[in-house]
Amino acid sequence: MEQYEPDRLSPAQVAAMRRSLRNGRAAMTRRSLLRASTGGALAVGGLGTLSACGIPAAGKTEGGMSAEDHSAKEKEVSFSNWTEYMDVDDSGKHHPTLEQFTRRTGIKVKYTEDINDNNEFFGKIKPQLAAGQDTGRDIIVLTDWLAGRLIRLGWVQKLDASNLPHAFANLSQQFRDPDWDPGRAYSYPWQGISTVIAYNKKALDGVEVKTVSDLLDNPKLKGRVGFLTEMRDTIGMTLLDMGKDPAKFTDDDYDAAIARLQKAVDKKQIRRFTGNDYTSDLTSGDFAACLAWAGDVVQLKADSPDIDFLIPDSGYMTSSDNMLIPNKARHKTNAERLIDYYFEPKPAAELAAYINYVCPVDGVKEELAKIDEDAANNPLILPDKAMQAQSRAFRSLSSKEETAYEEKFAKLTGA
Amino acid sequence: MATLTEAPPPLTPTAPEKKPPRKRGRLVPYWLLLPGILWLLVFFALPMIYQASTSVQTGSLEEGYKVTWHFATYWDALSEYYPQFLRSVLYAGSATILCLILGYPLAYLIAFRAGRWKNLIMILVIAPFFTSFLIRTLAWKTILADGGPVVGALNTLHVLDVTSWLGMTSGDRVLATPLAVVCGLTYNFLPFMVLPLYTSLERIDGRLHEAAGDLYAKPITTFRKVTFPLSMPGVVSGTLLTFIPAAGDYVNADLLGSTDTRMVGNVIQTQFLRILDYPTAAALSFILMAAILVMVTVYIRRSGTEDLV
Repeated sequence: MEQYEPDRLSPAQVAAMRRSLRNGRAAMTRRSLLRASTGGALAVGGLGTLSACGIPAAGKTEGGMSAEDHSAKEKEVSFSNWTEYMDVDDSGKHHPTLEQFTRRTGIKVKYTEDINDNNEFFGKIKPQLAAGQDTGRDIIVLTDWLAGRLIRLGWVQKLDASNLPHAFANLSQQFRDPDWDPGRAYSYPWQGISTVIAYNKKALDGVEVKTVSDLLDNPKLKGRVGFLTEMRDTIGMTLLDMGKDPAKFTDDDYDAAIARLQKAVDKKQIRRFTGNDYTSDLTSGDFAACLAWAGDVVQLKADSPDIDFLIPDSGYMTSSDNMLIPNKARHKTNAERLIDYYFEPKPAAELAAYINYVCPVDGVKEELAKIDEDAANNPLILPDKAMQAQSRAFRSLSSKEETAYEEKFAKLTGA
Repeated sequence: MATLTEAPPPLTPTAPEKKPPRKRGRLVPYWLLLPGILWLLVFFALPMIYQASTSVQTGSLEEGYKVTWHFATYWDALSEYYPQFLRSVLYAGSATILCLILGYPLAYLIAFRAGRWKNLIMILVIAPFFTSFLIRTLAWKTILADGGPVVGALNTLHVLDVTSWLGMTSGDRVLATPLAVVCGLTYNFLPFMVLPLYTSLERIDGRLHEAAGDLYAKPITTFRKVTFPLSMPGVVSGTLLTFIPAAGDYVNADLLGSTDTRMVGNVIQTQFLRILDYPTAAALSFILMAAILVMVTVYIRRSGTEDLV
């Protein structure tokens, strides 16, 4: 998106305004003043700007990929992450793993939790990245599909493998070769996310739920079922339930999944589509069962004995949140060192023990067992072989497909 | 000189000499207006121009967007999303009427009957505003929870059967239905109704009521012929302050509603952030703005009041 340029427009508008202001007493009335200034602005700047402020092609960003790397001079790195996605000590003020990194390397980490939603964050960083400017961030954490889009647009930097020995050696097989970033040239996963079915035993009141079909069809659950606004998770789970593979489906399969969900919406089976706020619906019992992210469920389960999860026989969706270095980041090497640090088993285990998502690092089990035996044996955090075999990823979409699919999905959720 | 023979007008002795300072003084209001005008230009006029431009562009994220004067976007957006537009007007309108019904007696009470409790009640009206909009809306999820006391009571009294029949709720729940969204909107915008109402009611001279009584007007007649007409400015500005933001709101529909309660604000949000169809999002914003402008103009004309405070 083009930045607005005050210099180009203001003088003309100010001149128009002054002219109108000097025209005697008539200019004093509020109406004429408004008319004069907006009229002047529109006449002078308006039409010209109207056609001038197109949005430049995103992929053809001028200014290139990397900026000068200030890593050696400036011992710092700025890291933008999602909320509650980092270990915190009991006082709630310190992030032990990050502080350990600073102690060891001398690199200060500016840690900001300013990502709440992939779409919103994209809207936020897009103007700078499209204009080839520094976003002020050295590491950003984005979900697969958005990470893929940024790579496609050429807005992130290629990683230097020589700075990432641990990451290269310890990355779990499951996350090694996503189709949107073959061989992990641009990204490394922060955490994996499993989409499962969560339920509230009390609210279910004996109704048996085993599959996504139960959620969509069982009349006893009418109006007490939730699905996710994250298109890939909702559609992916539905496709799996229909016996299709979300890693390779066709347009027709997609439409069939939408139609299946639409039927459930029409008969008011689905109460609503939610983001992270399904957690409150589930604990209050307004949702008897819903699609949920496993990391949340581990947490909810610890707080409330009524909440539990299940994995349908048809399988479950896995995605990941990935660390990327945006174009023009000032501290690329420092950022790579930080990425690599989180692939050492010890910090990875400390992080996993705290945030309960799928740990993408191999060889963590012993370290994690030392901190939390239960977590080390929880397949939602360290998936075993059987669990991994059931995991499926959503295939990457071309931008055309993405628009078409998102549009259909938006219609399903009420536009 | 001839002028000396004439008697100088004693009442305006130095009028011509004061000219220069007065000239400077005449410019002062404009200088004082300048910050406001610049503010309007930078934060209103320019974004508007930018949005107007966006609405007639075509393209995609990869290829970039170019102004092609593609006005069809407006028609497409309107024909595709008119149900959400109508719904927005309906919900915002219902919330505004509810706000008026709830807010008028409250403002009347504060203005005329509250006595020493006046300030306390005012604080109670404004107090919820000290918490965030989101938190206030989320609180309604707890209040209206399926198993909660409110829904239980409504069920026992068979109120939900009636609202269900009217299509405002579905089954024995309130959350995720139109009723919940209208309740949320009403609650969130009530202070915007109460405050202007209070201001215009408070200004009414109490002696007018006495005079009406002296002329044998019953209390109801006094209200109809004296109080209400004098409070019209408050009614008009209150309804505007409630209706306009409510029509564009998307938080209530998002958190308290379901798929069949999405308002135009939700559509704009989805188009802009999720589908990345910036032209449609911009066109929808302009249509909403134009629709509100027309409705407000008609409304103000009809209400026949000049002042808005």
